[in-house]
Amino acid sequence: MKFGVVVFPGSNCDHDAWYAVSHNVGHQAEFLWHSDTDLKQSDCVILPGGFSYGDYLRCGAIAKFSPILGAVKKHAQAGGLVMGICNGFQILTESGLLPGALVRNRGLKFICAPVRLTAGTRNSPFTNAIPDGRQLTIPIAHGEGCYVAEQRVLDELEAEERIAFRYVDNPNGSLRDIAGVLNKERNVMGMMPHPERATEPLMGSSDGLLVFESLVRAFVPTK
Amino acid sequence: MKAQIYVTLKKTVLDPQGATIARALQSMGHPEIAGVRQGKFFEIEIAEGTPKEALSAGLNRIAEDVLANPVIEEYRVEILD
Repeated sequence: MKFGVVVFPGSNCDHDAWYAVSHNVGHQAEFLWHSDTDLKQSDCVILPGGFSYGDYLRCGAIAKFSPILGAVKKHAQAGGLVMGICNGFQILTESGLLPGALVRNRGLKFICAPVRLTAGTRNSPFTNAIPDGRQLTIPIAHGEGCYVAEQRVLDELEAEERIAFRYVDNPNGSLRDIAGVLNKERNVMGMMPHPERATEPLMGSSDGLLVFESLVRAFVPTK
Repeated sequence: MKAQIYVTLKKTVLDPQGATIARALQSMGHPEIAGVRQGKFFEIEIAEGTPKEALSAGLNRIAEDVLANPVIEEYRVEILD
C-alpha cells in the first residue's frame, strides 16, 4: 500500500508521518509537494500536522486553496482514502471535506500531552483494527483543537456513527468529546491527536499503529 | 476607495479569548464591561476606477469563501468612498 504525505510550507509532522509509515508500519510512503497536482498514485493521502502557511487567517484556511488540495478532493470523491492529522484535520474542515470547525482550545493554552481516546466506531477504514472497548494513548499537540459544529450536525454524526475518536478526558472543550470525525462516505477522516507519533515503544506508545493497521486492512488494491 | 470587512465569531460559538479580555478589563477597574467578543478586521484597498456597484457582490463572496469560515463566523462588509 502506498501513502502520500502532503508537504505544505509550515508542515512539521510530515517526516513523522513518513517515518511511521515506512519504518513502523512497513509500507511505502512518498512526499507530495503542495504546489503539485500529482498524487503519485498514492492509495491513502495523509495531510500532516504543523502550521501550513503559518496558520495565517485561520488554521488551514490558506491550504485549502493550494493546488494539491484540488487533487486530494478528486481522490476523495473517487472513494480514495484521506487522513488529516491535527493541522490536516483543520484543512479538511476548512475545505469542506469534513463537517464542523476547530477553534481555540477552551483553556486558551497550546496543549502537548498524551491523551486517552476511544474509537467511536469500528466501522471505518481508520478504526477497524481497534479492539472493542480498547483505550488508545496518543499525543495531542495543538492550540486550536476544540471541535465545534451545529447541534444538527453533531446529532447527524452520532446517528451515522461518524465520530471516529472521542477523548476520555476532554482536554480542549471539543463538543461531545470529539477528537476525530468521518465523512459520510467514510473514506475521509480527520483527527486532532497524532497517531504517527505513537508507533513504537520509544515514542511512549504504539497505539497509533492501530490506525495505520486499520488502513492497511481496509485497503483493496485497484491498480 | 476602500472596503472594510469585519469577521466575528457567531453568538453560539464560545469565545474564550473575548471572555478572558472581559475578565481582565473588569479586574482593571471597569465593572461596566459586561462582555467582550474578539474578531478580525480587514481593510481592503480597491483599485482606482473600479465601479462601486459591482463591488459588493465580489466582496461578499471574498468574505464568505476566504476571510470568514461560515461554520463558526459571521461577517459584515462596508464600502467607503
